[in-house]
Amino acid sequence: MPAAVPFRGRVLPGALALGAIGLVMGGAAAGLIWEAGSDWSGAASAFDGYLVRVARFTLWQALLSTVLSVLPGIIVARALARLPAFPGRGAIVWLFGVPLALPAIVAALGVLALLGRAGIFADVLTALTGASWPGIYGLSGILVAHVFFNMPLAARMFLEAFNAIPADHRRLEAQLGMSSWSAWRLVEWPAVRAALPGVAMLVFMLCVTSFTVVLLLGGGPAATTLEVAIYQALRFDFDPGRAVVLTVVQLVLTGIIVAAAARLGAQVAGEAFLSVSGRAGLFTSGIEKTVNGVVLAAGFLFVAGPMVAIVLAGLNADLKRLLGEASVQEAAATSLVLAFLAASLSVLLSVSLVIARSALELRRDGLRSPGVLERMTDQGAALVLVIPPIVIGAGWFILLRQSGSGVFAVAPAMVVAVNAIMAMPFAMRAIRPAYDSASARHERLCAQLGISGIARLRLVDWPPLKRPLATAFAFAMALSLGDLGVIALFGSENVQTLPYLLLQRMSAYRTQDAAGIALMLGALCFALMMFADWASRRTR
Amino acid sequence: MSGAEITCREVWLSRGGLEFAFDFSLAAGGAAALMGPSGSGKSTLLDLVAGFEAPGSGAILIGDRDVTQDAPARRPVSMVFQENNLFGHLDVFANVALGRSPSLSLDEREREDVNAAIARVGLNGKEKRLPATLSGGERQRVALARVLVRDRPVLLLDEPFAALGPALRADMIALVRELSTERGMTLMMATHHPEDAERIADTMLYLEAGTIAADGPVSTFFGPDMPEAFRRYVGTE
Repeated sequence: MPAAVPFRGRVLPGALALGAIGLVMGGAAAGLIWEAGSDWSGAASAFDGYLVRVARFTLWQALLSTVLSVLPGIIVARALARLPAFPGRGAIVWLFGVPLALPAIVAALGVLALLGRAGIFADVLTALTGASWPGIYGLSGILVAHVFFNMPLAARMFLEAFNAIPADHRRLEAQLGMSSWSAWRLVEWPAVRAALPGVAMLVFMLCVTSFTVVLLLGGGPAATTLEVAIYQALRFDFDPGRAVVLTVVQLVLTGIIVAAAARLGAQVAGEAFLSVSGRAGLFTSGIEKTVNGVVLAAGFLFVAGPMVAIVLAGLNADLKRLLGEASVQEAAATSLVLAFLAASLSVLLSVSLVIARSALELRRDGLRSPGVLERMTDQGAALVLVIPPIVIGAGWFILLRQSGSGVFAVAPAMVVAVNAIMAMPFAMRAIRPAYDSASARHERLCAQLGISGIARLRLVDWPPLKRPLATAFAFAMALSLGDLGVIALFGSENVQTLPYLLLQRMSAYRTQDAAGIALMLGALCFALMMFADWASRRTR
Repeated sequence: MSGAEITCREVWLSRGGLEFAFDFSLAAGGAAALMGPSGSGKSTLLDLVAGFEAPGSGAILIGDRDVTQDAPARRPVSMVFQENNLFGHLDVFANVALGRSPSLSLDEREREDVNAAIARVGLNGKEKRLPATLSGGERQRVALARVLVRDRPVLLLDEPFAALGPALRADMIALVRELSTERGMTLMMATHHPEDAERIADTMLYLEAGTIAADGPVSTFFGPDMPEAFRRYVGTE
């Protein structure tokens, strides 16, 4: 059978996609190396107390954010798992998925609208603290925003771990009469422990590479992370030497974290369980039900608060005037076009890699271990999680300046390329299972009937891939629409996206305008995410 | 501990668009085989007795006690599933000990009981093994050892040996038969294999479409007076 698979036609696009990703990464690396090589003194002088402070704060805020997200995440997930019939449970699980769809800049604004100096709770907090409420900036602001994003994420991932406990084990728990504590110790903790390193490392990584939240909520040099420092070195201090050093430190840090994650992620040995019975037999006491209900209510309020604040503050703005402004219209059009292109490119690259990986696996017929190319098509996209968009942007920024070409002229290309690559891990997660399972079912049949090439693409591959592709596209577009990373470096009077415009209005203290734009942006991303979610549901 | 009578009195239940109705009683110390096509309600009937399902109406009695409203742990019942009877991260000893203490706090005498039960099912020396290192038959022996230390008058088995080969299945059936006779437990076992039913049971409950379509002594079911529905189900030569 392997010989029957038209090999080259399926692997070549994947190899080209890898080449394109390599080009973007390589260009960034070239910029960094060029700068470091051309002027050692600038780079060398950047190793100072400031660098140490920034690096230390980056790790410290990420560690605190992780602890504050993961522990409540476990508690909330357990409450969800043990209250399968709680009214509104489905709505809470759904709500916990929404922060994924919200651009960081919108969420940061939501936190400010709630807890800022002029926020909804400012008067209450002034009365409580006895002093005029200064607003939630600095470390506490960063932590609130990070927990807003990552606690629901952690809770959903842990809920999956809880749900993966075989129903028979829940029945045993009930039959043997385990108390809530025994059930946690003997049945649930092993499942949570297996998921814990992966979840904690993901959250830690997201917080180490968090840019927008720290840019908006961090206050001055005392609360700056490496990514924000890179941005400031390039955009405000014109100090590429320092930017190179900061970038290298950031890369080393993320590299260490990923290596540690790979080591920690090793599975705890266990039986390969399959769940026989569908309904979980959960029997909990009245007190436990009440406690869990309170936990769920608290989690709900924490996540819903900033969202409600976004809507309220946005509706307060003069939306009609904003919509009529030429700069807003242009930014919206630019955003939509760039995001559309980025999403298209992202899906194209992802599909190429998925098809190539599957073809390479088929060819070796599961006999040998995967080759280099197959490994790269498998893991290549995950590289993006190690190399943050700001780092790629910084490399290209320096390269383009060094080579004397216009930095801002290439802004659209940079935004599209980097956002497309950034969305790939998510796009591939949507596409790959659908393609692989369809391929496993159809490969022999296609070979026997001689269906190949375009006919196969149209008749066999397209129908099961349609909806996953729509999901991946909408997801990638939402990510790209809300991104402030690359555009913050490359944005200018000529090329503005909605997030960039939002940042400018905020810097100019036009808070109401910012809130209005945030509402528009949030609504757009939310609609795309709902579409992605709908499409993925219909797939199953 | 000796067995207890099991009674389902006009029990009715609707689940996933299917309706189930059971009305029967099984004498103390009796052994019933549950047979019938997939979806006929064998597992549902066992779940009702064990307390994993609550009936829409009717009553379930074990001995003289109405257990309809009781949580599973409060019922005088042990149940062995087809799979997942053991916690993969706990060794054989701990998995059995859970039958005595659901928080795993045992005194010296209880530890001896657990070791005796492990020896009784033929697993001595394997106390420290993890389930993943045991064979399918050995894993079900661990589950049976736990039934022994739980020491409840009713034993329910939901196709417990379906994943095992014929010879091993016969051994396990023999072991269950021995243990339930020793303890005088009332036994109900769902199975797809007529020979299992013949070996272990004195009573046959034949289910179809959510209710008991035929019942009687096992000897009748495998004799010349085999009920017509059962004949269709097993298919005769």
